[in-house]
Amino acid sequence: MNRYPLWKYLLILAALILGVLYSMPNIFGESPAVQISTAKNTSKLDPALLGEVETVLKQEKITYEALFLDASGVKVRFSSPDTQIRAKDVLQSKLGKDYVVALNLLSRSPVWLRSVGALPMYLGLDLRGGVHFLLQVDMKAALDKAAERYVGDFRTSLRKERIAYVGVTREGQTVQVRFSQTSDQAKAESIISKEFPDLTLKQADSGSEKLLIASLSLPAQKRIQEFALKQNIQTLHNRVNELGVAEPIIQQQGADRVVVQLPGVQDTAKAKEILGRTATLEIRMVDEEKSDPTTLQNAAKGQVPLGDEFYVERNGIPVLVKKSVVLTGDYITDAGPGLDQQSGGSVVHVNFDGRGARIFKQITHENVGKRMAILLVEKGQAEVITAPVIREEIGGGRVQISGMANVQEATDVALLLRAGALAAPMDIIEERTVGPSMGEENIKRGIHSTLLGFTAIAVFMMIYYMVFGAISVLALGINLLLLVAILSMLQATLTLPGLAAIALTLGMAIDANVLINERIREELRNGNTPQAAIHAGYDRAFDTIFDSNVTTLIAGLALFMFGTGPVKGFAVVHVLGIMTSMFSAILVSRAIVNLVYGYRRKVTKLVIG
Amino acid sequence: MEIFRIKHDIPFMSYGRLTTAISLVTFILAVFFLATKGLALGVDFTGGTVMEVSYPQSADLTKIRSAVDAIGLKEATVQNFGTSRDVMIRLPIKAGLSTAQLSEKVLGELHKQNNSVEMRRVEFVGPQVGRELYENGALALLLVCIGIVSYLALRFEWRFAVAAIIANMHDVVIILGFFAFFQWEFNLTVLAAVLAVLGYSVNESVVVFDRVRENFRKMRKAAVAEVINNAITRTMSRTVITHAMTQTMVCSMLFFGGEVLHNFALALTIGILFGIYSSVLVASPIAMWLGVSREHLIGGTEKKPTTADALP
Repeated sequence: MNRYPLWKYLLILAALILGVLYSMPNIFGESPAVQISTAKNTSKLDPALLGEVETVLKQEKITYEALFLDASGVKVRFSSPDTQIRAKDVLQSKLGKDYVVALNLLSRSPVWLRSVGALPMYLGLDLRGGVHFLLQVDMKAALDKAAERYVGDFRTSLRKERIAYVGVTREGQTVQVRFSQTSDQAKAESIISKEFPDLTLKQADSGSEKLLIASLSLPAQKRIQEFALKQNIQTLHNRVNELGVAEPIIQQQGADRVVVQLPGVQDTAKAKEILGRTATLEIRMVDEEKSDPTTLQNAAKGQVPLGDEFYVERNGIPVLVKKSVVLTGDYITDAGPGLDQQSGGSVVHVNFDGRGARIFKQITHENVGKRMAILLVEKGQAEVITAPVIREEIGGGRVQISGMANVQEATDVALLLRAGALAAPMDIIEERTVGPSMGEENIKRGIHSTLLGFTAIAVFMMIYYMVFGAISVLALGINLLLLVAILSMLQATLTLPGLAAIALTLGMAIDANVLINERIREELRNGNTPQAAIHAGYDRAFDTIFDSNVTTLIAGLALFMFGTGPVKGFAVVHVLGIMTSMFSAILVSRAIVNLVYGYRRKVTKLVIG
Repeated sequence: MEIFRIKHDIPFMSYGRLTTAISLVTFILAVFFLATKGLALGVDFTGGTVMEVSYPQSADLTKIRSAVDAIGLKEATVQNFGTSRDVMIRLPIKAGLSTAQLSEKVLGELHKQNNSVEMRRVEFVGPQVGRELYENGALALLLVCIGIVSYLALRFEWRFAVAAIIANMHDVVIILGFFAFFQWEFNLTVLAAVLAVLGYSVNESVVVFDRVRENFRKMRKAAVAEVINNAITRTMSRTVITHAMTQTMVCSMLFFGGEVLHNFALALTIGILFGIYSSVLVASPIAMWLGVSREHLIGGTEKKPTTADALP
């Protein structure tokens, strides 16, 4: 009657083994560490770098616990935060700015545990300290900017077709073209509608003047907004790299928001400054007349010819670039890495919009054989990314920048072109910062209160229900083990409310065992034999346990769906906890009871208090 | 050990008038305080900035206030919390001021005064986000209610579902009433607690209702009130012990969980205490008055059981 088939025991055993395995990394804990990754794709992550890091640390007599290389970079673990910070400073200065050296926490668990993918629970910002920003992208500004571009485009194409217009202005997100003649208005409409299919045109009459009002069609608006958001996220990624954050999270939230989470960052002022920075892309001509070695040498010493600026290209070649800007990054609609169809070399494809394409065509037409420099300007600081030679006139707005060393560099440059500037301004609409000492305290308090509560429950249960109480406590302990294991496996973010949810789940999970134990007592009182009482107790309690857990689950799922931040953190753990407690309270505790009582020939008395 | 060894059923249903009166009074009081005092909504919902700073020695609040005033934030509140070394500064949303930079300015000013000040926590919520969080919270509450009612209506009967949800909303309103009366801060974490209580307290009603259903099968001659009385008496032991266990955990959070979990645990405590009361003494009488009967629960599924107590 009270025996499980073998497969049930094996299932429970398997769950237990997995539970122990995946919750183990949490016992080993985490050590302060330094993580080295590349800032530019030109520098490689390889064993040579590993060796270099090792020598630097040996030279500076910094002792470390472990040093290894994985997909995301070289990682070095230290025993104390002081050594960690010293090592970071030393490594950053020795390795140079090609590498990002970031502070991190690394699991102390042995290699074999890491190799099966067992990691400690992923701690949220309120437990490890750090900054959380919610940024709102100003979509109106993005659309305004797009409309502003059309103003220029209209002028150019109307002039080209020799259509007389009185003026072109931007009114909000629409562009108005004014004419004195109806015939011009009609002609302009046909040209504009052909050239700019994204626009919806409307004729109007303001008494003396004929108007043509162009507005962006809805799909075009949506495209512009999506592009703005995508570009802003790219830009943020690049910038966060500069901050040296080990595991940043930059994600889209909703249609016009971006979440940025920077664990371990304490200098919020700097973080805000860097995130809000605006960088632009510029295309300028290289001053070929003054590119002889002596002029360049003098320029390097500070004697820069009038109207020029001196830069050193990424590959170390010095160039003199004209001050006048021919094209800015505003005209880029997209950029991506690719391969040259003829030579097979790595290239970057850049797409310009209509106006940018025309300007580009004209410059390239006039400057065949000369070099054009592509600069990234940030806070008045410009850097020449590349300065390719113009081989021929380039029309159509699709430009290929060749001369990339490899695919990596092409990707890198494409990213920079795409993500150099913010497509639209962003505002911080939510910020949550937690200091490191606070984070540590939160963990301590959360764990303390959970363990304390657990102990109190355990003591009471064992006194009140004796053997069955002990079995319940064992099941509750297994519940905790499984919950921790699942949270570690899923790498779900554990926040302080999440820790509270663990405690609360344990407090609620005991309900199932109390229900069962009370039922067994009742059945015994009703004069049933011990074996029958156990069987009936578990059987009858099951419905109740199931119903009450389903209602709790409904509440948990609603929390998960509508919750943000702390509420969501609570909900995740709560929902998972309900599942593990169903498993442990019903299956596991029954299995233990079965093992204890089910195989005895004669049970005369149950020790249930 | 056994605390509850009750020989005869306690006639809970005959106290119906009294318990309903008590419920009604507490409920009306809670609504009254909610209406007059209102909830002390935290920054999560109102928008604004909260900063926590700590000093190695006792903090000088007047000096901190003057520093905050110097930036032109007269509406800011500065107060101690936890220990005398920890200070909480609340800055309301101010039109025309870049709110994101506000905390930096305040921290900079405090640094000028005393170099040893340490930033512990900063929370800034824009007004728009606050409103959204508020709306989402209300939506979650609604969804939980609908979900629970439909599930219970499906598993039991609509009368039980309605009774359970009334009992639970009564708990929620009372929690909110407490928060309004004492002007405890109501933030996202507290909202999570309130919703958790909703799910938790329904458990209680489910356990009793389950027993009621079972009793209708077993006690074929008994009146509805007797059946419910027996169900409540039989589950009493479990009710008290389970709640005591959960409350032990919650108390542990209340006293040792620190500032952030304090109000969370407080909401749970009120919810658990009133949950016991309401699920037993509010939900059951309502179910009875709604006219719950044997036929509703058992219906045509069981025509003629051979024995009253069908043991496996």
